[in-house]
Amino acid sequence: MLGFLKRPIVVTAEVNLNMVSLTVASLLSRLWCLSYPRAVVFDEVYYGPFISFYMNRVFFLDDSGPPLGHMLLALGGYLGGFDGNFLWNRIGAEYTKNVPVWALRLLPALAGALSVPMGYQIVSELRFSHCAAIGAALLLLIENALITQSRLMQLESLLIFFNFLAVLSYLKFFNVQKHSPFSPRWWFWLMLTGVACACAVGTRYMGIFTYLLVLCVAAIHAWHLIGDQTLSNVRVLCHVFARAVALVVLPAVLYLLCFYVHLTLLYRSGPHDRIMSSAFQASLEGGLARITQGQPLEVAFGSQVTLKNVFGKPLPCWLHSHQNTYPIIYENGRGSSHQQQVTCYPFKDINNWWVIKDPERHQLVVSNPPKPVRHGDVVQLVHGMTTRFLNTHDVAAPLSLHAQEVSCYVDYNISMPAQNLWRLDIVNRQSDRDTWKTILSTVRFVHLNTSAVLKLSGAHLPEWGFRQLEVVGEKLSRGQHESMAWNVEEHHYRTSQEQRGQELELHTPMKANFSLNLSFMARFLELQWRMLTLQSEEAEHRYSSTPLDWVTLDSNIPYWLNPRSSAQIHLLGNLVIWASASMATATYVLLFLWYLLRRQRDIHDLPEDVWQRWVLAGALCGGGWAVNYLPFFLMEKTLFLYHYLPALAFQLLLLPLVLQHTWDHLCRTQVQRGVFSALVVTWYSAACHVSNMLRPLTYGDRPLSPGELLALHWRDSWDILIQKP
Amino acid sequence: MLHVSPGIRGTDLPGLHVGLQATTLPARKVRARSALASDRSPVKRSRVGALSSLREARRGAGRTSTRLRGSPAPPPSYPARCSRELQFSESVLSPSRSPAMLCASGRLLAARAETSLFAPPGGRGPALRFPRRELHFPGQLNPPLWDSLTGRLTRHNASPHRRVILKWGRMQPAVGRGLAGSELRLRKSRCGSRAARSVGRDGAIQATARSPKPPRRSSRRFEEVGRQALLALVTLLSFATRFHRLDQPPHVCWDETHFGKMGSYYINRTFFFDVHPPLGKMLIGLAGYLSGYDGTFLFQKPGDKYEHHSYMGMRGFCAFLGSWLVPFAYLIVLDLSKSLPAALLTAALLIFDTGCLTLSQYILLDPILMFFIMAAMLSMVKYNSYANRPFSAPWWFWLILTGISLTGALGVKFVGLFIILQVGLNTIADLWHLFGDLSLSLVTVGKHLMARILCLIVLPLVLYMAIFAVHIMVLNKSGPGDGFFSSAFQARLSGNNLHNASIPEHLAYGSVITVKNLRMAIGYLHSHRHLYPEGFGARQQQVTTYLHKDYNNLWIIKKYNIDSDPLDPSFPVEFVRHGDIIRLEHKETARNLHSHYHEAPLTRKHYQVTGYGINGTGDSNDFWRIEVVNRKFGNRIKVLRSRIRLIHLVTGCVLGSSGKILPKWGWEQLEVTCTPYLKQTLNSIWNVEDHINPKLPNISLDVLQPTFPEILLESHMVMIWGNNGLKPKDNDFTSKPWHWPINYQGLRFSGANDTDFRVYLLGNPVIWWLNLVSIALYLISRSIIAIAMQRGAQLSTKVEELTRVLLQGGGQVLLGWMLHYFPFFLMGRILYFHHYFPAMLFSSMLTGILWDTLLRLFAGGLASSSLAKSVHATGILILILGTAYSFYLFHPLAYGMVGPLAQDPKSPMAGLRWLESWEF
Repeated sequence: MLGFLKRPIVVTAEVNLNMVSLTVASLLSRLWCLSYPRAVVFDEVYYGPFISFYMNRVFFLDDSGPPLGHMLLALGGYLGGFDGNFLWNRIGAEYTKNVPVWALRLLPALAGALSVPMGYQIVSELRFSHCAAIGAALLLLIENALITQSRLMQLESLLIFFNFLAVLSYLKFFNVQKHSPFSPRWWFWLMLTGVACACAVGTRYMGIFTYLLVLCVAAIHAWHLIGDQTLSNVRVLCHVFARAVALVVLPAVLYLLCFYVHLTLLYRSGPHDRIMSSAFQASLEGGLARITQGQPLEVAFGSQVTLKNVFGKPLPCWLHSHQNTYPIIYENGRGSSHQQQVTCYPFKDINNWWVIKDPERHQLVVSNPPKPVRHGDVVQLVHGMTTRFLNTHDVAAPLSLHAQEVSCYVDYNISMPAQNLWRLDIVNRQSDRDTWKTILSTVRFVHLNTSAVLKLSGAHLPEWGFRQLEVVGEKLSRGQHESMAWNVEEHHYRTSQEQRGQELELHTPMKANFSLNLSFMARFLELQWRMLTLQSEEAEHRYSSTPLDWVTLDSNIPYWLNPRSSAQIHLLGNLVIWASASMATATYVLLFLWYLLRRQRDIHDLPEDVWQRWVLAGALCGGGWAVNYLPFFLMEKTLFLYHYLPALAFQLLLLPLVLQHTWDHLCRTQVQRGVFSALVVTWYSAACHVSNMLRPLTYGDRPLSPGELLALHWRDSWDILIQKP
Repeated sequence: MLHVSPGIRGTDLPGLHVGLQATTLPARKVRARSALASDRSPVKRSRVGALSSLREARRGAGRTSTRLRGSPAPPPSYPARCSRELQFSESVLSPSRSPAMLCASGRLLAARAETSLFAPPGGRGPALRFPRRELHFPGQLNPPLWDSLTGRLTRHNASPHRRVILKWGRMQPAVGRGLAGSELRLRKSRCGSRAARSVGRDGAIQATARSPKPPRRSSRRFEEVGRQALLALVTLLSFATRFHRLDQPPHVCWDETHFGKMGSYYINRTFFFDVHPPLGKMLIGLAGYLSGYDGTFLFQKPGDKYEHHSYMGMRGFCAFLGSWLVPFAYLIVLDLSKSLPAALLTAALLIFDTGCLTLSQYILLDPILMFFIMAAMLSMVKYNSYANRPFSAPWWFWLILTGISLTGALGVKFVGLFIILQVGLNTIADLWHLFGDLSLSLVTVGKHLMARILCLIVLPLVLYMAIFAVHIMVLNKSGPGDGFFSSAFQARLSGNNLHNASIPEHLAYGSVITVKNLRMAIGYLHSHRHLYPEGFGARQQQVTTYLHKDYNNLWIIKKYNIDSDPLDPSFPVEFVRHGDIIRLEHKETARNLHSHYHEAPLTRKHYQVTGYGINGTGDSNDFWRIEVVNRKFGNRIKVLRSRIRLIHLVTGCVLGSSGKILPKWGWEQLEVTCTPYLKQTLNSIWNVEDHINPKLPNISLDVLQPTFPEILLESHMVMIWGNNGLKPKDNDFTSKPWHWPINYQGLRFSGANDTDFRVYLLGNPVIWWLNLVSIALYLISRSIIAIAMQRGAQLSTKVEELTRVLLQGGGQVLLGWMLHYFPFFLMGRILYFHHYFPAMLFSSMLTGILWDTLLRLFAGGLASSSLAKSVHATGILILILGTAYSFYLFHPLAYGMVGPLAQDPKSPMAGLRWLESWEF
């Protein structure tokens, strides 16, 4: 029972001092004077408002990436006790007392710092020497651009961290696989790979490329496993299944989870929910929900409704009409029907109200019991304020000439009869006798005479139409398009027949019992879709750059400037490191092709295991660079230098590997090796020297005179801010 | 050069098309040139857009009545995916790389031996051309010899080294007949090789058992005749279906309005602009010319009657090329699968597809494009099949033909890049295997490489340039496309005012100039007596860019500080030099080009540019520094050639055009701004085009004419720009790539109402859905086979043959389908249903190969061979008859129908509208 006492209790600790010192150094470099400058630096002005939104629990929509990164930044604010009250309006604005700058910047800085020892680990796990591993870590440590980016509230360092974590844990998993599959460590690293991948994707969409890379490498390894005939079929199946769960199912679930948390946190209505659908808006506290709470669910004949266009582009808007008529003759000499204008209006207005009328009855009130409107029913739409009927006819619309004009019918007695019957077509119906439901149903109005469909054309009317949006009858409707779909947003049962009472009704909300619960999946899908399709206005930016500029470091970004002392922070890389990293990548590719060609001719320069390692290292580090860099060439959005940093981080890992390979396999004689090591040492000192010279621009901690700045203006294409005396 | 005076402008051109939008300028708007478009095609007051303007019409493409097509942009190449696919298939499939190499080489030896044994003494007998070996080779196999072969093989099994076996394989020809030459390689067991594929020992013996009597030569000849007859039948059927009722309807259908018109342009030799390379339209023009069409029909809009104009030549030409698709597909499948039923099934699918039929019957680029794509594919497959006789005459023939067809495909549309990619991937894989074949010396590999470079890169490039040379030589008259091109380019066109013009070479103070933006389709710096409206910066005179020639484009260069008349003869001529500070005075309104710290009207981050001052007197915000890009300070500035930038002295911003279209108040001309971002983009670079200065000597512009490479480059830039400009509008329904394979929605070629003659481009749903199922089935069976092989499953030889057909033949075709389909998902431009048809051809070939192989595999499991045969034959027959019947049902779509729409039970198509989204 007490057998364990027979032996002394021994704790053997193995401490890798390399790792420890690297970690300490990188923590120092990233955390030193973290809360300086106490001012908004560059993209903090972009991410800051989202942090405030999280603090205030207000819903927002950001198309730049999934919410995990934003949430992590907000976590810093939460831990630091930020109340969200700060106006993030311009770069350089001083932070007020209530902003915990240190805490807000802490998480990105920690992520940046931890990337350094992880770089060390990755190189060791690739079975390269400790020398190479230290080299990689030191490069990550002194690279100025990485330091600058980690010290601010920005997401790149988090992305690099998760990318590295994914690669590292996959390598650990792969190395454990060789001797003890299905052990707890094996499971741990496998799962961690999945988690890290999900986090990378959750931080930035770009993370998906690293995820795919890891997935590809895993698939190739699994394919080899399938070919291993010493394993039983069941065993192989287990292996494949475990990988599928950890690398496909788990990341998907975590991605959903991150949205779940996001949506749970943000439950209040805010400035961005206008572009969401009515149903989504109604699920947020405040805003639309306050209005729609308690309105009747089923639209009946006699209901008063506002109709919102589902597509909502270029602007979310409601079907609208007003006293003014179409001009008799347009500017280009074409004529119109001169009937009352029907438009789509992006603001709430009493003129947005319509009454659903049964063509067979003459009453405009809801009968008792209410007669619900069903799919396929023929209705008339009466404009609430002018009591004119929604009408369309074979007259070309004001701007979209191929479509029909939609108007509210005015009878001029000129042989132009009213054509105001519309068939209701519920798009998302469950059955053919489905009723028309407030908010939930998406409907189309098909004109009975001409089978034109009521549509938002997207064009802005000129002055005579008050720049409202044009509504047309699309005659040759090809397929379903959301711009033809409408939904009821606000809804009253109308009871009073007179005009006066009716106006009163419109102003006083009615009470009934109906609350709306949108499922998480529906909300997630809508949010994700809007995020992917949101077209932010093509923003030209002074410091934007093209992917080609990045490799050669042709551009930089001035992040912050102290106007008094000229101290400034720039996103500026270490020229020596960038150039040598690119050269190393090129060398790797050339060497790889050379070996590959030779192998095809059956000449094996490298032993098989060295070759395998060489390929794996290239696939992960070189591949990591490629997948994080090349896709930018296809993107049409505004790009900045910092988009290159994840690719650069991978490139920095590849550099020492190429050096070590040269030392091991290409330097044959002792003399060559001597020369080579001397070169490497010289090169590294040069890198350190450059890094030190650029330090004032990295930390921005020192006032700089124009002369000093001029001395740092190494390239014409760099923007160094030199103030004229 | 559409220039419409205010009177004409009262027509309802759909808005927003600056390129050709007529502009009313209240000032003295003088018609610089007689407007070609306006005298050729009076713009009618109708719902159809102005004909002469391609851009205009393309934008209006949402209207069905003017459904105008465009074609895919040049595909960005995505080699990664494809090469991964290729590597995958190779590492998995290629015997030469797997440990099972020995048995593969065993088969190879068998095959090799067989080639030498059974080919008729004459050498290349007809059997080689239609190599379906199961039928006529195995019967002759001589068992004793086979044994001796295997005996040798087992001996070599002891030695695992690959080189030994291959050497042995190489010696064989000397012993045998030498038909295969010394180049017999392992590689042949890969794609398309008949020799290695067809014969395994078991298969041979089984086949022997099946046909107890060795077929005689006469029977083989009989078979050969039958085979030729089948091919002839297929071709005949294809021609018959395509030419049936070709003249109906006798009016312009759909995109004929473009391509017919462009054909006319070639006949009239007027210059035009299109987003596609010229070959297709040149051929249409040629066909029209040869068939007696005189180029006088206007092709204004779909539905216009041809009347006495002869259009059948052009339609017939397209139908002729379209008819060849079927025999080509037949031959490709025959070559890939060595199976007649598979080829027949494919041919039936294509003959009976209403979509292919419709698309081949009109004056369109698609039949021409598909003809070249299939020709390239066929010749590639053929030259692959001659891999055992490299550098022989047929090998060269097919290789060169591949190159020519590739040029053809690319010369018609940029979609041709996909087939180039496919041939490229195939060639790279091919070379890689040759390179890995240690029995070949590096010199031989080098020869192979050179042959391919010559035939597949150099030859197509030369031909492609030749096409453009012809295009440019033929079109030598000024026409509707001038404005899209640079000033220097226009100087070539007779009728253009730059043609044979002579103007002073160097800019001097006092010169009257026009300034043109270097970016395509931005136009000339322009101003007019209209102010920016309230709310758009300062209420000063508008400055815009305008695509057409006009007196309001004229500016006078003045020194910034001297106001006197520079044309005063008492002053000496002073040239403008790089770095000088100048003023630009608008000649018509005498206001200076001006900028200040106000937001530009549309681009909020830029500064507004206005016309300011009275009679040339303004303020310091009128000063601009003129700089020549990449030149030294102090140099003179040349007309046309110098690329200049104008930098505002006070704000330091650069004059540029954002390319955005101003609203109605700006006459839908383009916005001019002063951008504070100093990056050099084409938007902010200008050149001087017209130059009037009586004090300077004129030189002829001919010295400034661009060289052929410059013309080539510029044409391509303009085409790419044009393609990128074809963006769909947000609020319109557009065809999405995922709609296509499911045949979601067709295209109206002609007519919409029940009284019209209606033609509707829609695939035969039976065929298309069968294709869809086949792709899924193929992917499933392929993964099953791949996993089974990776797990080391032992397949019987016969099954292995079939799986190889499935993996390699099917793989080739699947690759073709993917390459012609998936890139469309990445394209931002507007897409149409007909873009899917090249992919559809590949998918039909896959269907043919798949069902034949699957039926064989299934029937192979049956006990009796006669039963197996009949099961297989019945299966194929059912499929062919099924498609034929569905064609009978759906043929009115292609051949046209009049009468009630399909909702009406009296319509011939009643009950056939299986999807809500079909519109017939």
